[in-house]
Amino acid sequence: MKKVIEVENLTKAFGRFKAVDQISFEVEKGEIFGFLGANGAGKTTAMRMLCGLSIPTSGKAIVAGYDIRTQPEMIKKNIGYMSQKFALYEDLSVAENIRFYAGIYQVPEIEIAPRTLELLNRLGLENEKDSLVKALPLGWKQKLAFSVAIFHHPGIVFLDEPTGGVDPVTRRQFWEMIYEATDSGITVFVTTHYMDEAEYCDRVSIMVDGKIAALDTPANLKKKFEANNMDEVFYRLARNASRKAD
Amino acid sequence: MKQFLSFVRKEFHHIFRDRTTMAILLILPVLMLLLFGYAINTEVKNSKIAVYDPSNDSYTRAIIEKMDASEYFSVVKMLKNEQEMSEQFKNGEVKMVIAFSENFHENLLHTGDAQIALIADATDPNSAKSVVNYATAIIAGYQMESQHLQQIPFQINTQIKLLYNPQMKGAYNFVPGVMGMILMLICAMMTSISIAREKEMGTMEVLLVSPVKPAMLIIAKTIPYFFLSLINLTTILLISVFVLGVPVVGSLFWLLVLSLVYIFVNLSLGLVISSVVNNQQTALLISGMVLMLPVIMLSGLMFPIENMPVFFQWISQLIPAKWYIIGVKKIMIKGLGFSAIIPQLTVLSGMAVLLVAISIKKFKYRLE
Repeated sequence: MKKVIEVENLTKAFGRFKAVDQISFEVEKGEIFGFLGANGAGKTTAMRMLCGLSIPTSGKAIVAGYDIRTQPEMIKKNIGYMSQKFALYEDLSVAENIRFYAGIYQVPEIEIAPRTLELLNRLGLENEKDSLVKALPLGWKQKLAFSVAIFHHPGIVFLDEPTGGVDPVTRRQFWEMIYEATDSGITVFVTTHYMDEAEYCDRVSIMVDGKIAALDTPANLKKKFEANNMDEVFYRLARNASRKAD
Repeated sequence: MKQFLSFVRKEFHHIFRDRTTMAILLILPVLMLLLFGYAINTEVKNSKIAVYDPSNDSYTRAIIEKMDASEYFSVVKMLKNEQEMSEQFKNGEVKMVIAFSENFHENLLHTGDAQIALIADATDPNSAKSVVNYATAIIAGYQMESQHLQQIPFQINTQIKLLYNPQMKGAYNFVPGVMGMILMLICAMMTSISIAREKEMGTMEVLLVSPVKPAMLIIAKTIPYFFLSLINLTTILLISVFVLGVPVVGSLFWLLVLSLVYIFVNLSLGLVISSVVNNQQTALLISGMVLMLPVIMLSGLMFPIENMPVFFQWISQLIPAKWYIIGVKKIMIKGLGFSAIIPQLTVLSGMAVLLVAISIKKFKYRLE
């Protein structure tokens, strides 16, 4: 399988504090990679480095075929990103939001109209095209945000706690969308707090104190830690953490 | 370029969607000008005065008539004795009492020692000062007139000439001030709020992950407010010329150049503010306290800078609006040309360069 993320001894230090301490892992194309860890474990810092927002102190990482140290601009063009805050403009209509993101990701002009139509059909939002985003229910906003994040057909999409504050049914539907996206070859890199979601991932890494404490498929992890579910796995690893959650 | 255009279009959407804010931004300058023009009037008209005139001769009567006839005063009472004077002030009925010395005309002709006392109610020092000034001017004017009739040697002839603003209109002072205030408000406050909003809503994070270059993001943010401030500039100039009767005496071109530089300074000031705050409320507070107050108090809009303690005079040098207002007065009111505003242009350009440098540096720092 083709590797789309290759991380080797990646470290980020703020003074003497190592937020991320020599982590190494690989993510394959089309995989759903769960990136777990308690608050303060270093997830966000690691993710920021992979998105080209922060320069590592040492170590190296290749994302979508580009070095995060020397080619952050190329990485930015080839990834999608969605955060817990939905990152759509509430005072813009659905169509205007799509138009804006298509513009900043430089989607070719002739592609925009057909892709927009396809997106709206898929989400069942045809009639809401000109509604302001703030008028949409939370679940729809979130699906729209995800669809917008992959509108420019990135190789990898980073999801930073995408389902925070959403009810279980909507979360389930959201994961169905993620599966659909991976069918078309997109790699999904997702951080989450919900352990039931960790079960949906192909592989899961769990960060503790800036290091990767475990990395395997959910099934193997459960077997290894003799746990019934991912919640127990996580608890066993995280309770030994020396860093206090913030 | 396409990236840039979609960004600018989005910014305009934000502004047009928020109709209340847009309406306020467009109406504010009109409101402010009219408020300063008509409600907050520092000119003195039809002030009530009382007169104590023990000599009651042709000369004093003529002066009293002149006073009464002017638009500034109306004589409401003739006082019979000196005791009545203090009562007038206690009741607050009159702004000023004019008291002539005895045998006024005779003394004026023979000893040259004729005296007039102007006693004003100075609880409002500004209006007291203007009342006294107007009265002095009227008396001096009458003196000059009467000298044509009878030649008296050895008399000092005071000629008062009010340059640039012969009618002493307050509008000549506050139109430049309001221009300085409004442009700052729109540019600095709105830019900082609009960037702070992106941070607050979480959209800034997405923009930083996107291929948009920070410099482009910053420029695209400022463009709509740049246009909005041009509209405001036009409104202010139209109202000041056609409603308030303050003409643009000097070159409109240099006035625009000066304004553009000033707008630029304030846009970058907004950027600097937005790089240190994380939400709209703080942005609003900082622009309100750190920008508005000094502009109102220290820019010379309300109070003359020369009268301030040295410390505040120094601070006023740091306020862009102060330089802009002086420059505008030079061009608009005094009709001076480019050479006269070189200092103002230089200082404002310097401030612009400095602020842009700071804001870009700050913005990059945030990315690390």
